[in-house]
Amino acid sequence: MSVKGRTGYFLRQGGRCALHLFPVLLPLVALSGCGADMPGFMNPQGQVAEAQRYHFWVVIALVMIVVIPVIIQTPLILWRYRYRGHAVYRPKWYMSRWLDIVMWAVPILIVAILSVYVWRQTHELDPYRPIAGDKPPLEIQVVGYDWKWLFIYPDQGIATMGQLVIPVDRPIAFSLTSATVLQSFFIPALGSQIDVMNRMVTRLHLKADHPGRFEGKNMQYNGEGFHRQRFITRAVDDDAFDDFVQRTREQGQPLNQSAYKIIAQKGDNRDAARALGLDTHDSDAVIRFAPVPDGLFHIIMEGSPIDWSTTDVSPPQLGATRTSVIQTPPDDDTSSASDPQSSSHQHKEAQP
Amino acid sequence: MSDATSLIFGRLGWDALPFWSMLDDHSAMSIINGVIATGAAGMVVLGILAAIVLVTWLGKWKYLWSKWLTSPDHKKIGIMFIVIALVMLSRAIIEAVFMRAQQAVGLDGGFLTAEHFGELFTTHGTIMIFFMAMPFLTGIINYVMPLQIGARDLSFPVMNQISLGLTAAGAALTMISLVLAPFSTGGWTGYPPFTELSYNPGAGVDYWLWAVTLSTLSSTLTGINFAVTIFKKRAPGMTLFRMPLFTWTALCTAILMIFGMPPLTVATGLLALDRYLDFHMFTTDLGGNMMNYVNLLWAFGHPEVYILILPPFGIFSEIFATFSGKRIYGYKILVIATMCIAILSFTVWLHHFFTMGQSAHINAAFGIATMLIGIPTGVKVYDWMLTMYRGRIRLSVPMVYAIGFIMLFVLGGMTGIILATPSVDYQVHNSLFLIAHFHNMLIPGLLFGMLSATNFWFPKAFGFRLEERWGYRAAFCWIIGFMLAFFPLYVLGLMGMPRRSVAYFEPQYVPWMITAGIGALVILAALLCLLIQLWVSIRDRHANNVFAGDPWDGRTLEWGISSPPPEYNFPVIPEIYSIDAFMTEKDRGQGWQAPDRYDDIEMPANSAMGVIIGITGLAMAFGLTWYMWWLVIGAGLVTLVAVIARGFGRTTTRTIAACEVQRTHEHWLEQVRLTHPIDRSLEQTTSNHGRPVPPIEGAVQ
Amino acid sequence: MSSGNTRALEGNSRHPGLNLGPAHAQEEDTREEMVFGFWVFMMSDLILFGLLFATYVTMLGGTAGGPGPKELFELKSAFIQTMILLVSSVTFGMASLALKYREDKARLVVWLLVTLALGLAFLFFELKDFHSMFDKGGVPSRSGYLSAFFSLVPLHGLHVTGACIWLVALLGQMAVHGLDAPVKTGILRLAILWHFLDIVWIGIFSLVYLGGLS
Repeated sequence: MSVKGRTGYFLRQGGRCALHLFPVLLPLVALSGCGADMPGFMNPQGQVAEAQRYHFWVVIALVMIVVIPVIIQTPLILWRYRYRGHAVYRPKWYMSRWLDIVMWAVPILIVAILSVYVWRQTHELDPYRPIAGDKPPLEIQVVGYDWKWLFIYPDQGIATMGQLVIPVDRPIAFSLTSATVLQSFFIPALGSQIDVMNRMVTRLHLKADHPGRFEGKNMQYNGEGFHRQRFITRAVDDDAFDDFVQRTREQGQPLNQSAYKIIAQKGDNRDAARALGLDTHDSDAVIRFAPVPDGLFHIIMEGSPIDWSTTDVSPPQLGATRTSVIQTPPDDDTSSASDPQSSSHQHKEAQP
Repeated sequence: MSDATSLIFGRLGWDALPFWSMLDDHSAMSIINGVIATGAAGMVVLGILAAIVLVTWLGKWKYLWSKWLTSPDHKKIGIMFIVIALVMLSRAIIEAVFMRAQQAVGLDGGFLTAEHFGELFTTHGTIMIFFMAMPFLTGIINYVMPLQIGARDLSFPVMNQISLGLTAAGAALTMISLVLAPFSTGGWTGYPPFTELSYNPGAGVDYWLWAVTLSTLSSTLTGINFAVTIFKKRAPGMTLFRMPLFTWTALCTAILMIFGMPPLTVATGLLALDRYLDFHMFTTDLGGNMMNYVNLLWAFGHPEVYILILPPFGIFSEIFATFSGKRIYGYKILVIATMCIAILSFTVWLHHFFTMGQSAHINAAFGIATMLIGIPTGVKVYDWMLTMYRGRIRLSVPMVYAIGFIMLFVLGGMTGIILATPSVDYQVHNSLFLIAHFHNMLIPGLLFGMLSATNFWFPKAFGFRLEERWGYRAAFCWIIGFMLAFFPLYVLGLMGMPRRSVAYFEPQYVPWMITAGIGALVILAALLCLLIQLWVSIRDRHANNVFAGDPWDGRTLEWGISSPPPEYNFPVIPEIYSIDAFMTEKDRGQGWQAPDRYDDIEMPANSAMGVIIGITGLAMAFGLTWYMWWLVIGAGLVTLVAVIARGFGRTTTRTIAACEVQRTHEHWLEQVRLTHPIDRSLEQTTSNHGRPVPPIEGAVQ
Repeated sequence: MSSGNTRALEGNSRHPGLNLGPAHAQEEDTREEMVFGFWVFMMSDLILFGLLFATYVTMLGGTAGGPGPKELFELKSAFIQTMILLVSSVTFGMASLALKYREDKARLVVWLLVTLALGLAFLFFELKDFHSMFDKGGVPSRSGYLSAFFSLVPLHGLHVTGACIWLVALLGQMAVHGLDAPVKTGILRLAILWHFLDIVWIGIFSLVYLGGLS
């Protein structure tokens, strides 16, 4: 048989037996079928997540060019060249230049295409890259604690926990840091996750295209409350967002020293809400803060002591329900509360 | 605690016992977890007691000491490595079943505490990588590689013993952590600052640190040993390009070990300095930077992936060729592809943390570098298919694993490319998609490779075949169990479920989680099948004996000697003229020949160094974990003295007389002559005693 | 290259660097694997130091308000240490020459003892340096930068300590067994380690001390 013939046979088999594909690709089939009611980026609610879903399928389509021949041809070869079969047997055949060229060229070609694609898409979807839009972006500062998130709206002078409210169709510019260990901030329906680190700021840009409620979570394990470090993202129209800001300013409690101490302790959002005397029957255990000290985010990021005396905040409205794991600190304890780091963990003295 | 007790026991107290917290806290959750932990501890204690009683009852202590523990023989050390791997595999699979069970009922709860679950995923990962995968492949290479290159032992037999001792010490430390808890909850990667003293003051992280460090040191020494052996101890005529592919992958793995292990040593060493001496390398305060740890860990971690996967590539290359009755397709290309992978593996570590906020240039560059690895890997897969093409394929047990590997591995490769696309990785990073991906590489890749190697070379090591019926059952359970357990995790990952979650709140996850739980049970069944296979094989060992040494019509040198081989492997070092040396001999009708003359053979003498270093290593690690400084210092001094004293010894070899070699060899040749040669169709029957018929009929050369 | 085919062709320098010379051909042949293995180990060790150097560089900014190189380092002392270590490499070279060209045990022992003395002197000055750094508040728990310094430089010191212990052990072996093959290959391997540590020190001196003070 000629060299060409062999190669031809090997390549020709591709079309024959799609049946073999079925069991292996079942999850994929299932996936594309039920994408509509899946949480996460298979059901995207923002332009970033939508682009990511598109990339996902493009990469799969390209790689399938290499994968499908393997999955189809392996069973065929197994059958055709089975021990008791009568197919040709050439125990010393070990090389064909044409096949070699094909099998290097195809993956190289695919990777070359993928590379160009990856280079462009990585830049386009860089979480640091601002999202273009008609409206100016909304700044939100995120601080990760064990095991909850604090969302500061610096321009509005408010902060929330347990719920992140964002306006629809307006780019959101997040700055993120952690008051504790490494975490990863993630709203799957909207787009990328980004790591959140102590003494460092990372950035993330997202935009919601549709109003709705989306899950947000931490993806990086940080202790026993990790799986409870969740929040609801509520994307609302501009009027509702203004309402939210107004209501928070009116109803929020001031983010003062004693409230901060509660936030910084270990515990999830519900524990913090309870310690702050809030009604936790509300399913999201939303906490609203107003006013918020200026520059709080940067003070936390730098790990420097917060000067509470300059912040114009009155004591929080402490309720009666303090039965949680978090102990409310005595209000007169001012000596050890200066450093936001020191409250949550066994802390080493900073100065030798 | 008084000063005296704290001097002796450090910070080890009664509360380290797994049932202690149960006594104080009577909640249902505490009792359930206490019972599980106590059961595990009880199994460890009972296992050790049972082993001691059994050996005493059989009166085998002396045999165990002189024939195994102090033996410098690479074959015995290899087997001991594999025994460690199988014991640890069993533990880690049981842990996996617990985790899957927890998550199957984990909608808003479950039965495991978050702390317990954290320990489970940490030990599962740590064990599977450092005390299952590494010893398993080290054991297989240890056994097979010297036989394939025509050597009598590794270059440094005593160092080989020390490697075994260190790995055993690390494995023992993780076992001790079941009895004197807790273990770390920081995952197998142990990212600071979570693992720093200020966030994790207990003994758990220290257990993890020292277990991993022991394993790392062991692997570094192993890597040096393998590389030097392959470079210096090949038989005459065995040029590099005549080496079997498995030896080639062993060489690449050894080189990766030499260069890939030090970053982990640095990472764990610096973390230990942080924890013990109040350094600030990775702390959150005083200028520490945890990103350094992440870079160091993955500068090890990515080469490690290829340390784990290259030997299986070599194993499958041997198996595809042998069971297709055909020369491997594209030998040189496979070698080149292996080298490409080995080199590229050092250039992609950053893809493990695309989300850490680097610039898009860096992410894109590392994403593309990662995809490049797909090219040589893809070529390898096609080479294996072309090896089967125009062969005569026998679907033996190793071959079933190999087919499972090739079909499933390409899917894992595909998801790897998805993860290497930074824009998509931002969605699936840290999710169960990632877990599914690397299990998809490591189970069909590494574990199938190891199991298929075990089925393939077991007759060589022990002189009888492994029983096939249970072998097939195990293989199919593995393949089906894997698909059931991990394909759902891909879907869950796409739905945004984070890894390492003890519980979840999305009802949509439940059906997928239950499927995965069933898959874990099927894998547990696979483990049982393996044990039954071993038992049945030992029972029928006389019927299945293959003393003549060549049950599969093998191609490489190791099949041309008796099964099991004599301790010196080759009565006379063979001369090599081609690749597939033994097949060439058989083709020319020159197999099984007596040499013209026999010489005395010098072999390394027994040595207790491995045992000593293993015990002192364990003592130091245990002392460090619990702050028992006397133990650390004492064990350190013993180590130093032992090493120095070893340098003063001069009788490091012993001689085997030529006449004894001759007698053994001629006895074997006589047996080979008496063995009835069989056709490949009888390969799996009791008539296979290890001698194939000469050139197979119907072949078009 | 195949070891089998070319074994006969290869003469007396199958590994680079020091070798035992034609006078010890057979010993070299049987012990070659040991020396080659030690070279490979050195490569692995070099990675260790390389990574610590890299980590050190990334931590230069992490002084956290604590003392930095300019407050802590004394060039004079570091220079003395450098000179001692360089001279010790020369004296070890003399010992190697004595081993290679003469079966002169006395000369060899003298050069080895001089090397040992220089090694100990180096350690003395290094410890003195650390002591004065500690006095100035330069302790590793002070800052990330100092942690990085104390994970790199003392590791070299530990290596030198190990090399000194090895040297004593070799002298002891020589006293018991005479100048036999294991002692010879031992000296050969120790020489590799000694020169290697010299090179690492040059790196430390240039990068840590000169770089820090410039």
